[in-house]
Amino acid sequence: MKQQLEEIKLHALAALDAADSPAALEELRVKLLGKKGELTAVLKQMGKLSPEERPVMGQIANAVRAEIEAKLEECKASIGAKVLEAKLAAEAIDVTIPGEEVEMGHQHPMNMVLQEVKDIFVGMGYTVVDGPEVEYAANNFTRLNIEEGHPSRDRSDTFYFTDDDSILLRTQTSSMQIRFMENNQPPLCMLAPGRVFRKDEADATHSPMFHQIEGLVVAEDITMGNLKDVLITIMQRIYGHDAQVRFRPHHFPFTEPSCEMDMQCHKCHGTGEVDGKVCSTCHGEGWIELLGAGMVHPVVLENCGIDSTKYSGFAFGMGLERMAMGRLRINDLRLIFDNDMRFLNQF
Amino acid sequence: MKLNREWLNKEFVDLSHISDKEYVEKLTVFGQKVETYERMDAEIKNVKVGKVVSIVRHENSDHMWVCQVDVGEAEPVQIVTGAQNVHEGDLVPAALHNSYLPGGIHITKGKLRGVKSNGMLCSFAELGLTQNDVPGAYADGIWILNDEACAPGDDINAVIGNDDTVVEFEITNNRPDCYSVIGLARESAAAFGLTMRHHEPVVKGSDAGSIYDKLDVEVPAENLCNRYTARMVANVKIGPSPKWLRHRLRANGVRPINNIVDITNYVMLEYGQPMHAFDYRYIGSNKIVVREAAEGETLTTLDGNVRTLKPGMLVIADGDKPIGLAGIMGGENSEIMDDTTTVVFESANFNGTSIRQTALALGMRTESSGKFEKNLDPMMTLPAVQRACELVELLEAGDVLDGIIDILNYVPEAKELPLEADRINHLLGTDISEEDMIKYLNLLEIPVENGMIQVPSFRPDLNLMADIAEEVGRSYGYNEIPTVPFKTSTQGGYAPIMLAENKAGQLCRALGYSEIITYSFVSPAIFDNIRLPKDSVLRNALKIQNPLGEDTSIMRTIALPSMLDILSRNNAYHNKKAKLYELAKIYLPTEGQDLPAEPKMLVLGTYGAGENFFKLKGELEAVMTGLRLPKASYTAVKDNPSYHPGRCAAVSINGELLGYMGQVHPLVAKTYGLECEVYCAEINFSRAFEMMLPEPTFTPLPKYPAVTRDLSLVCGEEIPVAELENVIVSAGGKLLRSVKLFDIYRGKGIEDGKKSVAFSLELRADDRTLTDTDSEGVVSKVLKALEEKLGAVLR
Repeated sequence: MKQQLEEIKLHALAALDAADSPAALEELRVKLLGKKGELTAVLKQMGKLSPEERPVMGQIANAVRAEIEAKLEECKASIGAKVLEAKLAAEAIDVTIPGEEVEMGHQHPMNMVLQEVKDIFVGMGYTVVDGPEVEYAANNFTRLNIEEGHPSRDRSDTFYFTDDDSILLRTQTSSMQIRFMENNQPPLCMLAPGRVFRKDEADATHSPMFHQIEGLVVAEDITMGNLKDVLITIMQRIYGHDAQVRFRPHHFPFTEPSCEMDMQCHKCHGTGEVDGKVCSTCHGEGWIELLGAGMVHPVVLENCGIDSTKYSGFAFGMGLERMAMGRLRINDLRLIFDNDMRFLNQF
Repeated sequence: MKLNREWLNKEFVDLSHISDKEYVEKLTVFGQKVETYERMDAEIKNVKVGKVVSIVRHENSDHMWVCQVDVGEAEPVQIVTGAQNVHEGDLVPAALHNSYLPGGIHITKGKLRGVKSNGMLCSFAELGLTQNDVPGAYADGIWILNDEACAPGDDINAVIGNDDTVVEFEITNNRPDCYSVIGLARESAAAFGLTMRHHEPVVKGSDAGSIYDKLDVEVPAENLCNRYTARMVANVKIGPSPKWLRHRLRANGVRPINNIVDITNYVMLEYGQPMHAFDYRYIGSNKIVVREAAEGETLTTLDGNVRTLKPGMLVIADGDKPIGLAGIMGGENSEIMDDTTTVVFESANFNGTSIRQTALALGMRTESSGKFEKNLDPMMTLPAVQRACELVELLEAGDVLDGIIDILNYVPEAKELPLEADRINHLLGTDISEEDMIKYLNLLEIPVENGMIQVPSFRPDLNLMADIAEEVGRSYGYNEIPTVPFKTSTQGGYAPIMLAENKAGQLCRALGYSEIITYSFVSPAIFDNIRLPKDSVLRNALKIQNPLGEDTSIMRTIALPSMLDILSRNNAYHNKKAKLYELAKIYLPTEGQDLPAEPKMLVLGTYGAGENFFKLKGELEAVMTGLRLPKASYTAVKDNPSYHPGRCAAVSINGELLGYMGQVHPLVAKTYGLECEVYCAEINFSRAFEMMLPEPTFTPLPKYPAVTRDLSLVCGEEIPVAELENVIVSAGGKLLRSVKLFDIYRGKGIEDGKKSVAFSLELRADDRTLTDTDSEGVVSKVLKALEEKLGAVLR
């Protein structure tokens, strides 16, 4: 019987080694270890043994069974691995086939740049506000110290709704300075982006409707040094920390002193020349005009009921289109309002 | 305003040691921004004075000549010319091999009918000059330089006077004084810390008589004419001006005409004071009257145009008719001619606004009106007329009569301002000493006496401490002012509606919509384009009184047409599909208000494969859910003329109409050139914003499982799904947690006029697992209600 068991074992181990599929293995398991299997058949003969032999044989039989079971598990694992491997190989795909297309919408490039600017200013403590585009001439001109008869009030420059020129399409977001100062007490920090309108035919650099971003700060002890600091900080945030800027005196009726801020041309680095030719970006100037600014004119403060001997402030206004076009190298203003999907999809 | 550096250097302040680049940069940061600058010799290269050593007939031509030209080199150069006015010994401009002429013309050597020509002899026109620049020169041939004091080999640029740079400044409105060479000389000198030279005009006079015996001046329009100054010149000899004067005019873009006219232009450039010269012969009644034009009065101006005038326009008239349009242009009837013998010089100060408005109304902005509209210094008329007379004597152009007529309708007031050094430093954020401030002001020719600033008449822009601060600041250097951060106690942030706008944009983009930006003003044709009824209140739009054109003449009261416009444009660009959104302001006139309401609309628009009503509806619902709006209800709208009558829904929240969505009416789409199906939604975003629900709080997750029951119903075709859903929800009670439509079927097995609608109901209790009895109870209540209310039964 012992010999019988040994034979079963040897035969079984060899058969298991030879098995090559999970089905063959299962067949062997039934054949060897099942209720009607070879081992069971041998064990059924145990009753015929003497009481002394039985434990010895039982032990041997159990060992044989354990060995076969262990082998079976081992074979299962290795065949399982092979089967998986084959399955995975069969499932291989061409990973270079494009992914399923998910169409995402695009933010208009100008609002993309505007959002960035707004976020920067909010972080600096500015309140972002919106205001009416159909506006009183009083807010757009008079209270900003722009006198009657000033050329910018001409009907050739400004769109009017009334015979007495009292209601118009705002020509500048500076009207928001007046509205904000009227409704808020210093200290105040305002940012007012929005649409403005001027009577210019649309071309590569003009549009009868465009966007400005107005900034206003009024508090005690505000100086021109503070204004410079804010503007330099902003421009370096938008155009990079190596952006070189300069300030030039200028004139606006609602600020005094007034200035304009230029950025050194990113293309020619201020030389005005590229490859021996006049730089096409700055037209040889070496600088690109970015914005107008200045200290709020005392008359404007007083017009809004703010004591100009106690408070001072600064204001600045920048053209959003120019900024977006500069940032994104867009060469024609008309593209901005054309809204061609092929244009929008680029951003 | 142009300025040639030669004039500045020779007459006022010598900055010839400063390079062009350094000069323009300095002036720009000092506050006189340079627009452009140009070397006058930039265009002409390698053109020399040549002496014609010999000239012989071309062997193969009966009109060309072969010249041997001495250009200052060892050997003469052979040049073929077709001109007939060249003779042996003449000095001529010779463009040599590899030379450049104005307009980018490149001259190289070549052969003319088999004979070598190593360049070209030039006419003055080929050198960029006009007959006015070189009076007396022969126009139809080579420019003969025999009288130009030059020698073979000289660069032609030196002969022409091109050894100069012209700088063009952008002058700000508040600095009329800088529309003059003297004003810019003042700024230039101050920018470099130098003092400029001034020249006091001296008129010697003559024995030709007195102006008072010959001319009367009356100024009835005294509020439009601050000052009128006149002098007269007799025994005038009209002729060309000398070269130096012509050069300065040409450099500054003024065409030389004759000595008298050139003098008025020269003084205008130098002093910034426009002047005019009248031929005395044509001043009727020997009287000048400065008055408003009469209605319908006409004047032929110097440019040959007949101008019809009206009151409010200021004219210079004689005893009976206008002879000039004040401050803008003279009249043809009193023009200086070659035989003019007696001249009246006018040097006046007119009201700037009046001049500007007249020039604008007549569409004739001139150099002179451009200056007057800036409101010039009335103190300038006298020195200017004196300078003109001085130049007459210098040029020997005539005899200046005794006397000056000077009518002053204006009382000059001395203006004083205290120099408040502390306040100036406080505003600038600087620490500049009072001494330095005085030094800066003095360099700008602004005197300071005993702490009081004596504001000169040429600086009307200086009225307050802040104005002085600007002068000090720019002299100190804006770029030198230290930058100092300031601490603010304000809390920054967005207005809540802006946050909602951002959110709406993000949601739209996530759904594949791209953002557009369109004009606020539109054409009145949009109303018909979208088939808006004639009596619609939306046709009541704000009208721009002076629009650029009809297409941009009214403020939009509805945003749909702007979207259709852009969809149409994209279709025209052959973009196969478009998915666009805009947050568009509309402008609604409001009873009792001066200004319109300006709500924002959220507009979605699509066309292209895969777009349909339910896709758009699903996307709109997603946006509204994302904005945390209460559930919207949709009702069929058959009578919105802009939309397909069977595919349009009104969108409402809490019973309030917020907008419409659906397929754009094919007729409307066609009007916009769109043959495909177009889908749009327009929602009043400003109103929706006010309905946004507060941020949600946490609801505990369910502890007990849900049971799902599917109901396949058969009902009349006319019953909207929303009604079935409403009945199910209200009958379902609190155990019913959700109802979802999953199928609609018509056809085999369903009788005509009916449809099968299948819903999936989710039932759940918070405190126990539902039993079959519970769910059967709900389902039977739902079925009963469906049958009773809508006649819908289980299929």
